[in-house]
Amino acid sequence: MNIWVDFLITSLAFGAVFMYGSTGEILTEKAGHLNLGIPGIMCMGGAGGCLVLNLVGKSSLPGFLIVILGILGALIFSMLCGLLYSFLAVTLRANQNVTGLAMTTFGVGLSKVIINKLDSNIYLIGPKLLYRWPFAERRDALQYLGVLFFLAVIIAILSSWVLFRTKVGLHLRAVGENPATADAVGINVSRYKYVATCVGSGIAGLGGFYYIIDYMASQEAYLSVEALGWLSIALVIFALWRPHLTIVGSTVFGILFSCASYLANVKWLNITMATTPLLKMLPYVVTILVLIISSIRNKKENQPPTSLGLSYFREER
Amino acid sequence: MERQIALQMRGITKRFGMVLANDHVDLDVYRGEILAVLGENGCGKTTLMNMAAGIYYPDDGQILIDGKEVVIRSPKDAFDHKIGMIHQHFKLVDLFTAAENIVLGLKEEGRYNIKAVNDEVAKIADRYGFHLDPAKKIYDMSVSEKQTVEIIKVLYRGADVLILDEPTAVLTPQEITRLFAVLRRMKEDGKSIIIITHKLNEVLEVSDRVAILRKGEHVATVNTVDTNEQQLTEMMVGRKIDLNILRSTPVNAVPRLIVEGLNLYNSEGIQVLKDISFTANGGEILGIAGIAGSGQRELLESISGLQPVANGKITFNNPKKDRPVSFYHKNMKQVRELAEKGAFHDRNMNNVSFHGMRNKAVRKWVESGDVLFREDEVMNLRDKDPLEIRQLGIHLSFVPEDRLGMGLVGSMDITDNMMLRSYRKGRAGFVDRKKPRAQAEQIIRELGVSTPGVSTPVRRLSGGNVQKVLVGREIAYAPKVLMAAYPVRGLDINSSYTIYNLLNQQKNNGVAVIYVGEDLDVLLELCDRIMVMNSGRITGILDARTATKEEIGLMMTQTERREEAAHE
Repeated sequence: MNIWVDFLITSLAFGAVFMYGSTGEILTEKAGHLNLGIPGIMCMGGAGGCLVLNLVGKSSLPGFLIVILGILGALIFSMLCGLLYSFLAVTLRANQNVTGLAMTTFGVGLSKVIINKLDSNIYLIGPKLLYRWPFAERRDALQYLGVLFFLAVIIAILSSWVLFRTKVGLHLRAVGENPATADAVGINVSRYKYVATCVGSGIAGLGGFYYIIDYMASQEAYLSVEALGWLSIALVIFALWRPHLTIVGSTVFGILFSCASYLANVKWLNITMATTPLLKMLPYVVTILVLIISSIRNKKENQPPTSLGLSYFREER
Repeated sequence: MERQIALQMRGITKRFGMVLANDHVDLDVYRGEILAVLGENGCGKTTLMNMAAGIYYPDDGQILIDGKEVVIRSPKDAFDHKIGMIHQHFKLVDLFTAAENIVLGLKEEGRYNIKAVNDEVAKIADRYGFHLDPAKKIYDMSVSEKQTVEIIKVLYRGADVLILDEPTAVLTPQEITRLFAVLRRMKEDGKSIIIITHKLNEVLEVSDRVAILRKGEHVATVNTVDTNEQQLTEMMVGRKIDLNILRSTPVNAVPRLIVEGLNLYNSEGIQVLKDISFTANGGEILGIAGIAGSGQRELLESISGLQPVANGKITFNNPKKDRPVSFYHKNMKQVRELAEKGAFHDRNMNNVSFHGMRNKAVRKWVESGDVLFREDEVMNLRDKDPLEIRQLGIHLSFVPEDRLGMGLVGSMDITDNMMLRSYRKGRAGFVDRKKPRAQAEQIIRELGVSTPGVSTPVRRLSGGNVQKVLVGREIAYAPKVLMAAYPVRGLDINSSYTIYNLLNQQKNNGVAVIYVGEDLDVLLELCDRIMVMNSGRITGILDARTATKEEIGLMMTQTERREEAAHE
């Protein structure tokens, strides 16, 4: 197949990492919580998944069960992180930025410790082919698109549907826009914040798992999850807080992020060691551009949730 | 006729820390009546009603509905008992449509179907005579429309007891009339309506009974037909007070501020001031009436130099001829520059020149009072920056919705807030703290600001006291033009009258006072002339002694009425 089609497909596959991360972050932000712990939570998701795979990888369980257990491990670890964040930021009303940054530092560190202790031969070999169903046997780029990629797309679309087409979504958005109003009409603000943050964290954690086990499937992959976590947060702005737009956004980010290595094939472009980092900067440049454009247009629907970053306390006057 | 009690509150007590907000308050509301809860600011009337609505939980006492004791722990509990409250600050999500806001929080069976909701909302609106488009977003709505959404929201939930917290504070006279008509219709429908207010005329106009609260205690409940304004005031304040504003006839009013053909565009390119022309005279109070957002704020801001003006002229007249020069509004450099231009003369009409003189000698000469101005000062304010305008003595004491937003810094104490105006004085980079401190003490003493001391952060004072500090400070710096926007917003009767008297005092001192107000009764009593603004235009300047409320109300809303006629 043409190298550029390959490029597009691998970008799609790579973008799924962001899709997970930013869909999770959007759900959290829609509840009014700026969770800067997403990079750490993605790392923890990866670590949790690897840990479980390491435990069951050599057992005689059927392959698909091992895969599901791995996914569950990722979900549990990252949702526990989300729970810790919610406890600090919702119940104790700690400053969200500080809490989030602490979660990132904590998650990145702990996940490195965990994964370092694991045997990559066990957690990487075996299940890989199952994740890549139905394209696992392909030798071209399509082999990169597997179950977890499609799951990301489904989650993104489903999240949008829930947010904008259901009552639960209406309530969740109300909590993020104006918690006092939501409270006054009998919506349990804390519960929505907890659930949104935990579910969001779980989704983000899957992103870390997907990147380590599936997309990269390498021993060193866990070292770069954090950077992708930050990009996911940037992608939230790019997607204008709409989960389904992360599908487009993550593809663009994937293309921009990995274009350096493909542009090396273009003869008249002189890609050197020095220009590669410059090209890797592109996703951020695009995010800034989107931010500028959406600020200029100043459409209310494209702005962050009004009470994003603010703690809610009912009796405060 | 046997009347049924809908809601009873018995011995309700609520504390906030050391403050006793409600002390054993009893309150009854019957079916099909309008009860007014009357009281000054901070008397606990909103707190009391918040307990019926589930925002707060009482420390002591019972709430009975239809004779049965109930526990209301959350707004949801209140809704379950068919109590709905419309708060003063609307609890609406700006980004949602009216219908979305109305169904928010409802747990109905079946699929979420916004179309069915829209129909239902339209039905309720029709029944009580509201005008509302269910699919309109809240951020596109006027205050009155938002209030309509709030009321329908409560009705949609099937509330039988409606509590309205200061519902008229933000409405025009016409909108108030419309609201009262709706309330009466609901009353006939068997609903119980409680309105919280401190406006006596509204109490007398719309309510059946009045419950009066004072300092957290229930003073009395009387039938509206058996009472009058004076009696209610006495019960509310606890002593006789004089409700008259002493308006003196302006003496030798001279034009101070002349605005001609002023146009202003906001950052989105929309014209917010259209061809504004008027004159503000010294020794006179010019009132500005208009619906909130008709350009009042922008007008005052452009006069004080905070908004770049598109075109037009703002001229400031300062009659100075043959008056002594002082360092009050000018510094040494400015005085020297003016002398250089030949702006001063001495008692013998000789030109004054400070050439070759030392600062100390110049200061001595000027302060002796022998240096006089040659001409009146006439200048175009458009070329000046806000600081220069201030130094000319044009003071803006702006009291927007958020009292601390403009003018005072909440976390600083009263002295420091005085220094926001005087920080440039003092020597060699050090600020002078003594004078501002003395001034703070003077304001506290003269205006009766209740505060533990000059070093209390302004944020901790109550709204009325904050406003007194702000207005007091602007007056203390001897203004020539004093602009006050909503200086009594949210203040109780006593504090309001203190502020009115302060403004009158300034008028008698020859200051040109511009007063932006929302209460038309007060505007008519306080001002000499009233300028009416309507969507960025002046629709008329009236003599306050002869104008009527209806006349002004009409001028405030003319275009709106035309639009409405088109709808019908």
